[in-house]
Amino acid sequence: MKSVDVLADSRIARRFAALKAEGRAGLVTFITAGDPDPAVSQAVLNGLPATGADLIELGMPFTDPMADGPAIQASSLRALKAGMTVRKTLEMVRGFRKQDADTPIILMGYFNPIHAYGVEPFLAAAREAGVDGLIVVDLPPEEDEELCIPALQAGVSFVRLTTPTTDEARMPMVMRNTSGFVYYVSIAGITGTASASNTAIDAAVAQLKRHTDLPVAVGFGIKTPDQAAEVARVADAAVVGSAIVTRLADGIDASGGVKPGTVEDVLGFVGELAAGVRAARG
Amino acid sequence: MTKLNTYRSGPDERGHFGIFGGRFVAETLMPLILEVEKAYREARADPAFEGEMRQQLKQYVGRPNPLYYAERLTEQLGGAKIYFKREELNHTGAHKINNCIGQILLARRMGKTRIIAETGAGQHGVATATVCALYNMPCVIYMGETDIARQQPNVFRMKLLGAEVRPVTSGSGTLKDAMNEALRDWVTNVADTFYIIGTAAGPHPYPAMVRDFQSVIGDEVRTQMQEQEGRLPDSLVACVGGGSNAIGLFHPFLDEPTVQMVGVEAAGRGIEKGPLDHAASINGGRPGVLHGNRTYLLQDEDGQILEGHSISAGLDYPGIGPEHSWLHDVGRVEYAYATDQEALDAFQLCARTEGIIPALESAHGLAEVIKRAPKLPKDHLMVLCLSGRGDKDIFSVAKHLGVEL
Ligand SMILES: Cc1ncc(COP(=O)(O)O)c(C=O)c1O
Repeated sequence: MKSVDVLADSRIARRFAALKAEGRAGLVTFITAGDPDPAVSQAVLNGLPATGADLIELGMPFTDPMADGPAIQASSLRALKAGMTVRKTLEMVRGFRKQDADTPIILMGYFNPIHAYGVEPFLAAAREAGVDGLIVVDLPPEEDEELCIPALQAGVSFVRLTTPTTDEARMPMVMRNTSGFVYYVSIAGITGTASASNTAIDAAVAQLKRHTDLPVAVGFGIKTPDQAAEVARVADAAVVGSAIVTRLADGIDASGGVKPGTVEDVLGFVGELAAGVRAARG
Repeated sequence: MTKLNTYRSGPDERGHFGIFGGRFVAETLMPLILEVEKAYREARADPAFEGEMRQQLKQYVGRPNPLYYAERLTEQLGGAKIYFKREELNHTGAHKINNCIGQILLARRMGKTRIIAETGAGQHGVATATVCALYNMPCVIYMGETDIARQQPNVFRMKLLGAEVRPVTSGSGTLKDAMNEALRDWVTNVADTFYIIGTAAGPHPYPAMVRDFQSVIGDEVRTQMQEQEGRLPDSLVACVGGGSNAIGLFHPFLDEPTVQMVGVEAAGRGIEKGPLDHAASINGGRPGVLHGNRTYLLQDEDGQILEGHSISAGLDYPGIGPEHSWLHDVGRVEYAYATDQEALDAFQLCARTEGIIPALESAHGLAEVIKRAPKLPKDHLMVLCLSGRGDKDIFSVAKHLGVEL
């Protein structure tokens, strides 16, 4: 039996329905909240929809990002150094929602900061701020009672990661409480390192589609507009994170200041990625 | 406190000790964790596995090591009769090798061809590099660069043994960062790599597996104390970093109501100074989730992990094995602490009165013995786990004493 979304009427579902109607895949962009400082980060966030991001993953910085490579590790540390917290991350979402009521925002991170905030208060605050979904790397289905089930009850999607190591036997369990979309991590590894081959991605997406009616987004290792376009041919969305974060890091000078034009440069890169994704099935 | 019939039945099938433990890992690792769990369950049921492990512990590690009556120290403290469980006499100089023998045998059973490990003081790294040399397996050891600087002799030992030591620069370059980096390696190399975790922490089944491999410590103490004194010990004391030597000593005695147990955390410059100045997760932390399990952690208000501090590189981990968190909450084990200074004093006292230079980690346990023993009757039998020898620490101790080597 294929899994379906328990939160059928959500911003995420509406966005994927609209993409389907347009006959194209979506671009999902990742940035870390508060990187390199709250003001620049907010400016990038606010500018993403107009430059072509269809869904936004906003990283909640954590001191120990075990599944992330050097680029996102560094971005988390920059954000923490600039004083980022869970509360301020939710503030950013509130700020974003004043100008954009439609683009889904998915918070991505690790469980401990949420655990420290308290699961129920966090979910209430996240929903109120306009958060649509959560991706929490260190919560596999074996730990669903911790956050996944409470999130679904609170009306917040819990987007699950599947990986090349998730086999057929495990698939139904992994799909069971997944909501919004499925995020296929195309390599066994950390963010921002290797890229998977197109044939491997094709096969994986086909396998996932046998198990779920949810949209499938593919990420890890997409660095260029061309790679994004390749993925957009077979998946419902392409996720780009480290490459954007690296572009942002390039705009930081030796003394930690942000060079003029950095926000525009990052958004320009997002525009190129979006163009790649939009042209993919043209 | 609730009185339980047994304190030895945990964890449950999902790896929980009460609310602690669990399997908080990325999906990429989850199938592998399940595979390790299954392989471990099968290995435990196989007498051949147990037999090979026993053989290596005897012939290669040199077990059983003595339960030694520390007579001069006992006289000097004037109270309880103090015994040292001499883990420092094991091959490689600490208890860490007990666990490494068990895990590498499991890795071989699973057909894995590459070993990774994290290390703080370097003792676990040396023990892992040693078993990898013994079984001819390539080995990568992750070690924080701060620790590399303060544990040079062990770094060189690992290299002599053929291991590759990869410096970890992320975070503050200590044990937790080394563990992050080892986990990153593992998700990248899932097919061929086995991760030998060095303490009773990490995702299920590691806390239970490491405990089982270290329980040889407590099992031997039970037999030896019976032979030497004809009865059970009255109290057990061990230092606690992640908690492997302590749980190995305690676990076989958890259901003996007359046996008191004390785990000793590192209080660094003082618990009252706050979590940046100590490494006492239970005495100065709160429950949270890190490195695959829920346990007491040093963290700030926002759930960010704090680095902690201890003079001893093997104790400055911001967490503690989940079974200890549970044993603390149910009140079965008491968790005390010793400062850097108390450990340094105990280190020197041990050298001069017993002719044994202990590891700085073990010196934390000894500091607690020094506080307790004088107040206890002479027929109180107290066992300290002398988890390691102090050769590796002489440089940092010299520095603290203002001695130029
Ligand atoms: C000699 C010695 N004792 C104790 C420890 C602390 O580890 P655990 O609490 O797992 O026994 C270490 C860690 O490196 C060590 O080297």
